[in-house]
Amino acid sequence: MDSLIEKIKSGYLWDFPGGVFPPERKKLSNHSPIKQLPLADEYIIPVKQHIGHPANIVVQIGDSVLKGQALTQVQGPMELPVHAPTSGEIIAIEPRISAHPSGLEELAIVLKPDSLDNWCEKSPTPNYFTLSKVELLDKLKQAGISGLGGASFPTYVKQSNSQPIELLIINGVECEPYITADDMLMREHANEIVSGIEIFTHLLQPKLVVIAIENNKPEAIAAIEAACSGKTKFVVRAIPTKYPAGGEKQLIQVITGQEVPSRGITADLGIISQNIGTAYAAYKAIVQGEPLIERVVTVTGEQVNSAQNVWARIGTPVQFLLDNQGYKPLKKPRVIMGGPMMGFALHSLATPVAKMTNCILAPSDKALPAPENEQACIRCGYCADACPASLLPQQLYWHSKAKEYDKAQDYKLFDCIECGACAYVCPSEIPLVQYYRIAKADIKTEQLEHEKAEKAKERFNARNERLEREKQERLDKHQQAAESRKKAMAKDQGAQDKVAAALARVQAKKQAKETPEQQETTNKTAQNVADSAVSQDTSAKATAAAAIARAKAKKAAQAKAEQLAKDTDKTPTTEDSAQAKAKAIAEKIKAKRQAEAQAGSDAPAEPDNAAVKTESDNKDTEQGLTPAQIKAKAIAEKIKAKRQAETQAGSDAPAEADTVAGKTESDNKDTEQGLTPAQIKAKAIADKIKAKRQAEAQTGSDVPADPDNAAGKTESDNKDTEQSLTPAQIKAKAIADKIKAKRQAEAQAGSNEQAEPENLANQTETASPKNEPEPSAATDVKSTETAENELTEAEIRQQRVKAAIAKAKAKKQALGDK
Amino acid sequence: MILLYSLLALGIIALIFGAILGYANIRFKVESDPLVDQIDEILPQTQCGQCGYPGCKPYAEAIANGDDINKCPPGGDATIKKLADLTGKEVKPLAGTEGEVAEPVKKVAYIREAECIGCTKCIQACPVDAIVGAAKHMHTVITDECTGCDLCVEPCPVDCIDMIPVATKPENWRWQLNAIPVKQL
Repeated sequence: MDSLIEKIKSGYLWDFPGGVFPPERKKLSNHSPIKQLPLADEYIIPVKQHIGHPANIVVQIGDSVLKGQALTQVQGPMELPVHAPTSGEIIAIEPRISAHPSGLEELAIVLKPDSLDNWCEKSPTPNYFTLSKVELLDKLKQAGISGLGGASFPTYVKQSNSQPIELLIINGVECEPYITADDMLMREHANEIVSGIEIFTHLLQPKLVVIAIENNKPEAIAAIEAACSGKTKFVVRAIPTKYPAGGEKQLIQVITGQEVPSRGITADLGIISQNIGTAYAAYKAIVQGEPLIERVVTVTGEQVNSAQNVWARIGTPVQFLLDNQGYKPLKKPRVIMGGPMMGFALHSLATPVAKMTNCILAPSDKALPAPENEQACIRCGYCADACPASLLPQQLYWHSKAKEYDKAQDYKLFDCIECGACAYVCPSEIPLVQYYRIAKADIKTEQLEHEKAEKAKERFNARNERLEREKQERLDKHQQAAESRKKAMAKDQGAQDKVAAALARVQAKKQAKETPEQQETTNKTAQNVADSAVSQDTSAKATAAAAIARAKAKKAAQAKAEQLAKDTDKTPTTEDSAQAKAKAIAEKIKAKRQAEAQAGSDAPAEPDNAAVKTESDNKDTEQGLTPAQIKAKAIAEKIKAKRQAETQAGSDAPAEADTVAGKTESDNKDTEQGLTPAQIKAKAIADKIKAKRQAEAQTGSDVPADPDNAAGKTESDNKDTEQSLTPAQIKAKAIADKIKAKRQAEAQAGSNEQAEPENLANQTETASPKNEPEPSAATDVKSTETAENELTEAEIRQQRVKAAIAKAKAKKQALGDK
Repeated sequence: MILLYSLLALGIIALIFGAILGYANIRFKVESDPLVDQIDEILPQTQCGQCGYPGCKPYAEAIANGDDINKCPPGGDATIKKLADLTGKEVKPLAGTEGEVAEPVKKVAYIREAECIGCTKCIQACPVDAIVGAAKHMHTVITDECTGCDLCVEPCPVDCIDMIPVATKPENWRWQLNAIPVKQL
């Protein structure tokens, strides 16, 4: 390296392969000095203007801020703050079009200037060499300084490199046509730039600093040389004008003859390069304490009257810059941010100037013709000659176009610096760089997706493991509990006694069951048995009676289910106590259901279970209830049972379903005695609808399983709500049930034709608190309305919740049927 | 005699090579079917089950055992092509579609939090544990972890889960050929 430095000092220059010589057109803008602009109407400051992550916003809409005040605060690595370009009020924090080729919106802070332009408190440190390296780097970070050459890489990250740096290259090449921002800055602020470079040398301690300037900027070279006089470590080097000599890798090759390794960084060679503008910004930040809030921007092109460099504050809309220079848009105006070789066309003139914006170019069509028709590649090989990275652009083009990205990567696609030299020389006018950019974006997306997929796989496996573990833990716990129970039993004599007592009770119950069975042979109807049960007063006897009824009904049902139904219709007219009646009916139905289930289905176990469950529920609920309530409950259960039985008996018997509906109605009539009229009405409606639904379900659908499930659910709902509810609540429930039923029925009936629109109609119907029943249920209209009138608000809410659940259920069922 | 020697020599050589092969078999034993892992690598790992298997790995196993390669809707044509390359099978259009299909749109689940009733059903359905929440409290999706598999939409009792296409941001934006003037000077 030392010999190399000697060689550099001696003035030797290397060359990089390829390169092109486009017309410079720099004369347009390098005659007048850098102009100070008035304040714009608003400044749009994108939160992220550098490579890395955006920092946290620390201002709110309505805050007034001072010039230079930080708007975001750095918390993580690769973050940089942004600052208020002038004093004023934050009027919005919202996505705005950003300075990006996509023209997509990114989060930005919008500042309305108060025209005072008051600075916040600055903390200048002219004697920065007394600060530690960490403090100095932090100052660079807090000032929001990123590379102003175009890539906008955070400067503090670059400067905190841990590798030993031998050579610092200051890039004042500015090789793109039209742009003169760095040129003008060097002419006007050479001393400040050199001071800024000294900050970098203080941080990096390189052996040599080379300030490289293209030899087409003699004024700048002279100014910098004057500023550097007497500084032994500094070398100002004029390099030959060739595009893209300003590229970091190409410049290093020109100065040192070394190539940056593929996918490596310059620091691997012991070299770091910084832009002229960055050095100036560092000087401002450290010595004057001013954060990065403005930069030199070349406003040029044939569409502006006075092409010139201006001090543009970060966030200035492009429109404002152009208007200040006398913008005369052509027929098809085209405004480019950046240079003609590597810049991008703006989607909107509201795009703000960002930290990396060095040029706003508004060229005429003649000077910079719009893209013409792309033609086939003729394999001329000019592009390979022009490529400064010694790649094979036409091979990259073939593979990128064919989306053979692995092959494109074999040809080192990612070493392409996207300088556009190949596209510039292409006689077929192929937009080669665009193909490479697409390919690069695709490959990056693919990699990201692959990473995500890996993560998803990991999470999926972790979840499966967790589920397995939980299952095992549950099993273990159950086993342990069972064991401890056994142990406790073995120890505790009293518990054993209790078990024995329980067993004895069960035995006694069984015996009690047997006796009525004998009785039953003499007495044919279920009602009579119930009567005899009621004649005995104690509760124990009542249970026995229930058992009798159940057993009896079971037998009778097994003999002939239909007969039993007829019996039910006849019997209840007598003046028996309501309690007994209800119970008897309930038991009967249960038995019927059981019987039919056994007759009609292959798996009788399930309905049996259900029967047992309802039974126990009855025991719970019937104690302490009024006779009327019990009656209602019994009817409900009866209907439920019937429905269940029917579904199991077979789906190909619509006639039977019809009779059930009829039967239910008559049953209701019978049982209405002893209840308040309103209550009975509500209940009856609910039952009717349930039956109707069932009937329709069976005629309409081939799958009886679904209604079965629904029935089961309704059952459980009833269980919850009917215990110790007021009549009004029961009413509400009935209405809800009715609605549910209707919807379900219709969903199923319609599923064969067109379920969706009907469902929608139903939904809107239920959504409004006042239900307008379908014509098919016109008979129920009156009762529904009267019932509704009596509802309190709480009940309406309850009803709505039920309706919502029903809605979802119906929707799902309809979808499932579909 | 020569015959005996040659037989002996061949026998010894066979023994030596046999021993080497036997050792190599133990030393370099492949734990799982490498083909399954390679296929699994290609699959998008959404774990959506749209192929009819409970996850990507089971489908990878099925492909290795000769199942069709065109059953992965989230992967789309690109995945089918890669699978065809790997397995040597012919490229087929995606099962259930005729010919060309639009490229699958990447989506993530979004819970309308005001409507969530906190039933935890979606949490149980999520194959990658990308939904957080507790019973009777609203749930939300960790969008970074969501694979867009749709599995949480079905169990939601109040239909408050939407599948929203991933928004294009400058980070994941793809250059378009005609977005920029290409003829330079």
